[in-house]
Amino acid sequence: MSVGLEHYLILSAALFSIGFYGALAKKNAIIILMCIELMINAVNIAMAAFSRYSVPVLLTGQVFIIFIIVVAAAEVAVGLAIIMNIYRSRETTETDKIDLMKW
Amino acid sequence: MALDILFWLLATVSVGAALAVVLLRDVFRAALSLVLCFLVVAGIYITLSADFLAAVQVLIYVGGIAILIVLAIMFTRDIQRGSPANRLRIPAFIMAILCFGVISFALVNTPWQISTLSPTIPTTPALADKLLGKGGFILPVEIAAALLLAVLLGAIALMREK
Repeated sequence: MSVGLEHYLILSAALFSIGFYGALAKKNAIIILMCIELMINAVNIAMAAFSRYSVPVLLTGQVFIIFIIVVAAAEVAVGLAIIMNIYRSRETTETDKIDLMKW
Repeated sequence: MALDILFWLLATVSVGAALAVVLLRDVFRAALSLVLCFLVVAGIYITLSADFLAAVQVLIYVGGIAILIVLAIMFTRDIQRGSPANRLRIPAFIMAILCFGVISFALVNTPWQISTLSPTIPTTPALADKLLGKGGFILPVEIAAALLLAVLLGAIALMREK
């Protein structure tokens, strides 16, 4: 059986689920951010697969991927700045110790 | 046929690298396997005939985001503590398996419309026409520029010494 759209989509679902597990189950905020990047990459694979197999001449999915990459880069820059700011004031990056706003 | 072998190889390596990100105890090694995963995703873009995106992936993810993450790990000293799981590990595992099951079930049972046209190669002129040409995505491009400026200012404001 030759590789088709479903193969790419299932690969994307697998990567997304792995990132989902990591984002829910990890304590370290930097690891959580890395897992979110993994999920964004999984979505990008699905976009590229749809662009290749459903609308191969229109390239709309690839344009969307470019904007997703821009937003992901912005997110990781601000996210890491926030994490390092918290580390500077509280000496930890573990999410269950960052409880200043916990009621 | 060669494309099939390439796909299976890349898929195996990417899932293995992603599992390593989640399962490795050492934060730094997890970051390095994340870099491997990004590189392999660039290869997957090449098998999908998205050559420009593969270059962008290597430039931005492997060149930019990976460096940022490694720098952040080096600045914070939690590297000795490893990456422990929190109390929700087993519910999170069940949720992830459920998520994968539901998504794959929906994927396999949907009749996708597959186009028989051959894809545009190279994609760079066509993408430039899409982004900057008439009736294209010029407004989102401008908004992305504003977003990047805001991010630059925000990151500087957050990291500045008080």
